Amino acid sequence: MAEFTLPKNSKVKLGKTFAHAEGATNKKTFRVYRWEPDSGENPRLDSYEINLDNCGPMVLDAIIYIKNEIDSTLTFRRSCREGICGSCAMNIGGTNTLACTKAIDEFDGEVAIYPLPHMPVIKDLVPDLTHFYAQYASIKPWMQTQSALPPDAERLQSKEEREKLDGLYECILCACCSTSCPSYWWNSDRYLGPAILLQAYRWIIDSRDEYTGERLDDLEDPFRLYRCHTIMNCTNTCPKGLNPAKAIAEIKKLMVSRTV
Amino acid sequence: MSLQSPLGRVRGLGSAKEGVHHWWSQRLTALALVPLSLWFIYSLVVVTGADYATVVAWLANPLQAVLMLLFIISLYYHAALGVQVVIEDYIESEWQKIACLILIKFLALLAGLSAAIAVLKVYLGL
Repeated sequence: MAEFTLPKNSKVKLGKTFAHAEGATNKKTFRVYRWEPDSGENPRLDSYEINLDNCGPMVLDAIIYIKNEIDSTLTFRRSCREGICGSCAMNIGGTNTLACTKAIDEFDGEVAIYPLPHMPVIKDLVPDLTHFYAQYASIKPWMQTQSALPPDAERLQSKEEREKLDGLYECILCACCSTSCPSYWWNSDRYLGPAILLQAYRWIIDSRDEYTGERLDDLEDPFRLYRCHTIMNCTNTCPKGLNPAKAIAEIKKLMVSRTV
Repeated sequence: MSLQSPLGRVRGLGSAKEGVHHWWSQRLTALALVPLSLWFIYSLVVVTGADYATVVAWLANPLQAVLMLLFIISLYYHAALGVQVVIEDYIESEWQKIACLILIKFLALLAGLSAAIAVLKVYLGL
């Protein structure tokens, strides 16, 4: 059966408490998932109480503050700090989102921070996305054509054709949607998940691509595509406000329209 | 241990090149079941409390018999398709999954065919 409980060595225990906001009026506690592969110990939740007057407004600011000022062993990914690289995707307050675009004041009380759900953890808040990236590579995310490129021009696209890519090209592959999808949790070995399917649709609907049929062939599979049961967690959680569920529905519609 | 590349693992056995028929059938049977279920509930209300001869006479009417057969076929086909997805979703062990898939198909056929034969028996007055 699908696993509904954590294995014994993955059960999260209570960790250390760091009070770092004595005398402060504007303070907040962050409870952060910690796990070190080398220690052989179970994961734990460490508490960090910080003075918000000393740190920026976003959750990522708080995490960087913790690493710089309180506990340098805390490990996480980050890069652009403006919601375009997707590195700092994590589960904050029970929802997958980008730490850099999530404001601390959106949360009442303590803020719980976990790595993206149901992925192997490398350390602390860093999930192993190797399989996710391999799935992305498998849909051939580049333009495929038979006709030769005009020697003196770009491949042209009308304004209407270009508009079909809106809501798709903005995806930054942060994996928030895929790791929020129960169907992806149970069957990610074969199901491509919302992020990859949205990306696949981005190439299917691109008027300049000439391999639409082959792309649909590759997706037509009970697991690769049809594990999507329209749960819609993907659309709910997308930090870029995109709609992967709709992109998947469009792929399913194209599958039918080439048979009827 | 496996040293297979991540992409090799993802590409696996390749696409099954099917699934659209399952998806489309499930939607078509769902659509058909909307009016058929309403008719079935209405019929139950009408027929409840009537004696045996009345019910048999009602079912022997060609319209009722056809609707009843359509309802039975759509219902069991739809149920088999739906339960198949649940099994594929949640049962991880390969042999258990295949055993359950076979079982559910046989059960749906058995129950559906029995119900259909019962209707035909009444309709044909056998």
